[in-house]
Amino acid sequence: MLPTPDTSHVAYERVYEPAEDSFLLLDTLSSPSETSFLQTRFHVSPSSTTPPPEPLVIEIGPGSGVVIAFVTAHASTLFGTRNILTGAVDMNAHACTATTETVRRAVSSNPATASTAFLGAVQGDLVAPLRDHSVDVLVFNPPYVPTAELPFREELHDGGRNKTKDSFEEDSYLLALSYAGGRDGMETTDRLLDSLPRVLSDRGCAYVLLCAQNKPEDVKERARRLGGGAWKVETVGSSGKKAGWEKLQIIRICRENILKNEYEKVTKKSARWTKGGGRWFTFP
Amino acid sequence: MKVLSLNFLTCAVKTCKIESDSYPLHPKDAELVQDDIELNEDFLVNLLPRIDWTALSTTATELGFPALPSTPPTPEDLRADAKTLRDLHSLLLETQMVEGKLVCASCGHEYAVHEGIANFLLPSHLV
Repeated sequence: MLPTPDTSHVAYERVYEPAEDSFLLLDTLSSPSETSFLQTRFHVSPSSTTPPPEPLVIEIGPGSGVVIAFVTAHASTLFGTRNILTGAVDMNAHACTATTETVRRAVSSNPATASTAFLGAVQGDLVAPLRDHSVDVLVFNPPYVPTAELPFREELHDGGRNKTKDSFEEDSYLLALSYAGGRDGMETTDRLLDSLPRVLSDRGCAYVLLCAQNKPEDVKERARRLGGGAWKVETVGSSGKKAGWEKLQIIRICRENILKNEYEKVTKKSARWTKGGGRWFTFP
Repeated sequence: MKVLSLNFLTCAVKTCKIESDSYPLHPKDAELVQDDIELNEDFLVNLLPRIDWTALSTTATELGFPALPSTPPTPEDLRADAKTLRDLHSLLLETQMVEGKLVCASCGHEYAVHEGIANFLLPSHLV
């Protein structure tokens, strides 16, 4: 078991406290099957000549920052290399501050395995501040609880920046943002899914947490047809199994056929190199 | 926020996404701090293919750093060039923007940066 990042400094009256869903993400991302998937997709295999560029890992809605701090601190265990870029976007200003500190602590406690390239946490609405096709791994623990409506208050739309408002009311609003998911608990997740074709890179994939009330099989079916493209969608982690119903599950959504394309790129490169008189002559 | 993050951030206004001048965002009144991080040559070499060099050059100049070469160095050149390695490391990984604004040249919106956190939430008339 890899150590869980320290979040003892986080003010839980206004930032979501790590819970079963957060821990399921940690367990899934560090499971043998997922580390093997991540290393095959984003790291160099011993036989290839050039390592692929560093992947950019972005968590949307990090809250305390426990998940992105875990990924940053244990980069080499998860990706087979410390050379990854990480970052986060949250609506809640307090969550951004908390995340930055959680990452700082986790990185300094795990100097041998941590990435030193945490870019920062920015305040924003899902992936709105991110450039097209920039994200390689997106992680999202959404507000998934079905509720009558989404929390929205015009005057508080600064996400916790406005210190003059009644603080209990403001804290309740910020916490509601972390769990209230509207119809089927899917209103925010649906917006995120729709933005994946824009924001994910050619080799991009997304880990999204769902609960049973989100109708996970319907969500997976819809995700396979995102933006009219071909996507591979699998359940890669679950918890709270009851009579065949997983209470929580994590789905992984990837662009299909990318491994084949990546493989061809690598093969073409080494073919050129061989033509140029490389390996065959050096190691007959 | 590290200066490197400016290579991945863009204006949050939907209609700006298709405007080429919405990227990169332009730092204004930037207050910078310098971290001390060990130089990692492999990291910088592997970062090159995924960096938008033109945008990075703009950012570097606007923040008052020495001008970058007009074209990105090849991996071999970069490995052999200790000065450029050090400059890039310092600019991309060690420099944090802690206060100031990021301005979109397309719509003119200014995103405030406060205590190292940029605020990309839009006022209701821009959503």
